[in-house]
Order: sequence, then structure tokens, then C-alpha cells
Amino acid sequence: MTALAQDREALLAAGAPQLLRQMMRIRRFEEKCAELYSATKIRGFLHLCIGEEAVAVGVITSLAEGDAVISTYREHGHALARGVPMDAIMAEMFGKVTGCSRGRGGSMHLFDASRRFYGGNAIVAGGMPPALGMALADQMNDRTDVTACIFGEGAMAEGEFHESANLAALWGLPVLFVCENNRYAMGTALAREHAETDLTARAASYGMVAWAVDGMDVLAVQDATKRALAQLRGGGGPCFLELRTYRFRAHSMYDPDRYRDKAEVERWRQSDPIPALSGRLLAEGAVTEQEIAQWEGEIAAEISASVESADAAPLEPVEDLTRFVTSEPGTP
Amino acid sequence: MTATAARPRADRSGDTAQTTYREALREAHREALHRDPRVFLMGEDVARYGGSFAVSLGLAEEFGEERIRDTPLSESAFTGAGIGAALRGMRPIVEIMTVNFSLLALDQILNNAATLRHMSGGQLAVPLVIRMTTGGGRQLAAQHSHSLEGWYAHIPGLRVLAPATLEDARGMLWPALEDPDPVLIFEHGSLYPLKCALPDPPPVVDIAHAAVRRAGTDVTVVAYGAGVGKALAAADLLAAEGIEAEVVDLRVLRPLDEPALLASVAKTHRAVVVDEAWRSGSLSAEVSARLAEKGFFDLDAPVERVCGAEVPLPYAGHLERAALPQPDDIVAAARRTARGDG
Repeated sequence: MTALAQDREALLAAGAPQLLRQMMRIRRFEEKCAELYSATKIRGFLHLCIGEEAVAVGVITSLAEGDAVISTYREHGHALARGVPMDAIMAEMFGKVTGCSRGRGGSMHLFDASRRFYGGNAIVAGGMPPALGMALADQMNDRTDVTACIFGEGAMAEGEFHESANLAALWGLPVLFVCENNRYAMGTALAREHAETDLTARAASYGMVAWAVDGMDVLAVQDATKRALAQLRGGGGPCFLELRTYRFRAHSMYDPDRYRDKAEVERWRQSDPIPALSGRLLAEGAVTEQEIAQWEGEIAAEISASVESADAAPLEPVEDLTRFVTSEPGTP
Repeated sequence: MTATAARPRADRSGDTAQTTYREALREAHREALHRDPRVFLMGEDVARYGGSFAVSLGLAEEFGEERIRDTPLSESAFTGAGIGAALRGMRPIVEIMTVNFSLLALDQILNNAATLRHMSGGQLAVPLVIRMTTGGGRQLAAQHSHSLEGWYAHIPGLRVLAPATLEDARGMLWPALEDPDPVLIFEHGSLYPLKCALPDPPPVVDIAHAAVRRAGTDVTVVAYGAGVGKALAAADLLAAEGIEAEVVDLRVLRPLDEPALLASVAKTHRAVVVDEAWRSGSLSAEVSARLAEKGFFDLDAPVERVCGAEVPLPYAGHLERAALPQPDDIVAAARRTARGDG
């Protein structure tokens, strides 16, 4: 890694205050979701990325507007970082017609075609093959757009990962493989699932550039992503980033979290990406306590407005149940 | 999208207009590749080898290996790549060697291709065509011979086609590519060498309706794919004994052309459904159920079914023949329904 932003000017040049604000926004949004889940406003599965915000923000804010994102069922943070409006995401959680998938998707399937955000794929590794195809279309049309494909380390035990890594490298496709290594495939620890736990080495064995990055440091994530994007846009073929991170909460709201040592969770909480960055920014004078407090207020207001609008939003009429199964006249 | 000035011509043998099902498919690809620069073909051995059933023979030389792409043996990855390319504005054709291998891509076909439009609330479209070989009769045993198209016909969001004639082999691909939704085309492996005259220019066909291949008054024989030829052979045998069978070629396995089925049964009052797949939970079960639900009062006899035996298809020729519907089985079923004997 190159030297990362350290002093005030470097932090400001890297946009660090905005990165902090975005991470705070995702954290508070998800905390509210957990609350709303307990209040039965949100149902189904709810997978929180609390602890992993540096990955969402560091990777996605580095992408250009024309790039594509395919994510997993733990994608609230990715969607927010991509600019999918919070109102539309919250309404989706509530199952309302104003939701970003018209209430057809829920927490696991957030979509926003206008921002090239292709979901929320809840089949582990299932988003990888379509990511190849989008990248292939860009390559065949001489575009420099990149497709970011986000998955967890559990996906690397799936055949679809290996098929996709091979094909992407073979054809030199502009795919950014973003492995969020939070060390647990639901409840199964890395070493209990992978014969070789060096994920970066395994990705590199397919002949692509692969780096392991501290996924708790948003600036490190941003830096690695930007360097990967430069290679991708230059036609250098796929890149693989292993972002070492940790989820502080359970896998889903159903998970009693019996498989992790409490002390381990506590240790990882010491590297919480949000206080880590705010501490640096405050110490360097790149942000003030007042500014942070002001952001907290703005974020709280945005969240509460999104809850209110989701609550008040209409449901899809049941008569429209079978719409969008096949094309309708006049739609693409 | 650009239209070519000259329509690509079929490979003709001498001065006859005879061509094969395989060549008709190839011509359909050539036409599509000429007409629309967004169209490309990918799959195992489609380029240098020329296609495992020689459908794409010569296309790589003509269109280049960018548009005729050999893939690794990675059904899930290249089928899913077809989905992604379709999402990104291309019009891909994915060839899967056989329906049995398509199970390795089932996640992509069901969980993505068929689902993305609905799950995204109508934001996404997957205009992808997937072709594959299906069916038995070639002594390829139990991992290359099954008829699983009925499984795919179970899935909302897909259109499922089964060309039984040269006209359909030639004509279905283009409308399938124009369809904004994913389309699966099932080519019965025994049909590739089928030879007959094809009009030039080839007739325009739709991908929405069943077709009456032989008109008759006494019994409706519903079939698709290779079953259509067997049904027509059975109809000739039946005619010799005074039973006029009407042969309805389903052509489109999903969505089913229910009105066409009901109209034929309203005329003949009897039905035999031919399906090479296993009887239990098959397309023949679906057709029979629709006739029972909506054509019950038109029926003068119970619906008969002629299906594949419920066994993984064996290698030995005599066993395989016994496991698959044959014209004699169709004749016997038609007699039972028409005369109450068999």
C-alpha cells in the first residue's frame, strides 16, 4: 500500500469527512432498521452490515456513475452509499409500493436501475455470473465502465465463484471482485469452511491482481479501490480485493450468535471504522465535534422522515400481484 | 439495429431447396447476427469445434470469435454472463450442450433470468435466448437424454419454445431475440438431421401459438418437439383404420396456448397427450389438467397420455425404445379414447 492520508490536508483531499458522514448514516439507518424489526414494521430476513461500513463506503464512493454494482443480501450500506434514496430503501423494507423494488424485494433485494445498482442477490455467489456479463458487454462495446461484484468470503466456497473468477480472468473482463471477508459464512468460521484460508492467494491463482486490505479503514479501502479501478479501466483485466472486516451484530435477526466468542466480538469492536476515522479527523483538526454533532442531527432527521414516509406510503394493490413477471406493453 | 441488404441464404444441396433442421438453425443464427450487432453466441465448443451438434459450424469464421465465443465448461458462469450481457443491452444467445447440463446453470436461469424483472419491481429486463438440446432416442444413456423442458415450463418469467419443424427451427430465433424476456429454445436431438424443403424466403413464425399440423375430426393428439413427427406417423396409421386424428404441435411450452387446445378438443371431443418426459408432474399432466378444467364438457372420453417410462433413460437400444413414446403407443391410446379399445 502507498502511504495513506495522515495529515489534515491529506485527509481533506481524500474526502475523509464525507466518508465518515456516510458511514455514520449507514450505521444509524441500520440501527433504526433493527428497532423497526423488533417493532414488526420490517419483516422477513434482515441482515445488518454494522461494523462493515468502511467497505461499503470505501468501495462504492470510489466508483463512477457509469459503473455497475451487484451486491448481496447484506446490501443496505451498499445501496445507501450508491445513492439509492433512503426513503425508497426504507419503503422497500416496509413492503410499500414506493419502495425501490415496489415491495417485491424487501431488505435482501434492493434495486435501482437508474443508479446501476443491480441488487441484492440472496443466492450466495449468484451475482457473480451476471457481473461477468455486464462487464463483457462493456468490453465488447469498448466502454471503460467497471462492474463491482460484492460478495462474502463464504461465496468463495461456491462453484460459481471459481467458474466466474476463471472466466473473468480468461477474458480479461473489467470486474472488480469485492470480497467482504467478515470471517463467518453465517455461523461457520473461515477456517471451518476453507481448506486454504488465504483468500487473496486463491484469487490470484486465477491470474488476476488480488490484494488484501484492512476493511476497517475506509481510507485504505478507498485507496485500494481507486488503484484497482485504474487497472480495470486500463484494460488490465479483473481485480480482486479482500476486505478484512467484521460484523458486530448477528448474521440476521434470527441468529442467536452462539458460534462466536464474545471476547472476539469485543476485540473487533475496538477497530470500529467509525470512531477510528472520527478520532483521526478530530486529532488532525479535519473535522470538529460540532460538525459531527450536526451530522448526527441531520442523519436522525433524514431517518425519521424516511420512516414517516414509509409508514404513510401506500401498498401495491393486490390486483397488481402478477405484474412484472413478463414484459408489459410499452416497457423495456 | 441494422437490417442487412440481402437475406442470408441457406446452404442448398445442388439445385434442390432441401435443407436440414440443423442448417435451418444455423441460418437463423446467421440472419440474427447480420441483422443486429448486439447479437452474439456463446457456449461450449460453439466456435472452433463448430458446435457439439454442428449448429454453429462456420459461424466463427464468418462472424469472428468475439461474437461466436467458446466458453469454458462453466454452465453457470456463461449462462449468468448471458444474463448480465442482456441486462447491459446485448442480445446474447447462450448454447447449452444438453438439458441435463443445464441443471448446472439452473440457479442462474431460475433465480436470476426468470426472477430479476419481478424482484426489481419491473426495473430490469433480461432479453436472453438460451438454446439447448433435449430428448432421447440416440442411445446416449441417462445423463444426455432426458426431457426436462417441462421443469422450465413451470417457471413464471420464462418463455419456453420447442421447434418441431424446419420452419420453426429457422423462424423462432429472431422473435425470441426480439422478446424482452428470457426465452428458452429446446431442440430435440433427434431432429437435427431432419431434412425437407424450406421455402425461400422462410416463413415468418410467431412464438405465441400452437399449430395444427394435421387437421382431423375424431381425436386431438397434442405433442411437441420430436413427439410431433411421431404423432403424425400415428395419424397416418389411424387414418388407415378410419380414425382422423388432429395433431396439435404445442410449439410454445410456456405460456401454453390454451385456446388452441380447447378449440381442437371442442371439435374432436377426445385427446391424447404425447410427452417424452416422465409422466409424473409433466407437461402432459399440465395439458391434461387444463383440458379437464376447461374442456371437461367437450370431452367424450378420458384424456389419454403417452409418456416416457419413469426410468432414467437406459443405453441399450431396445430398452430406450421401450422407454420412449412410439407411434404405435399413440395409435393404441387414440383407439382407446376413440373406440374404447386399444
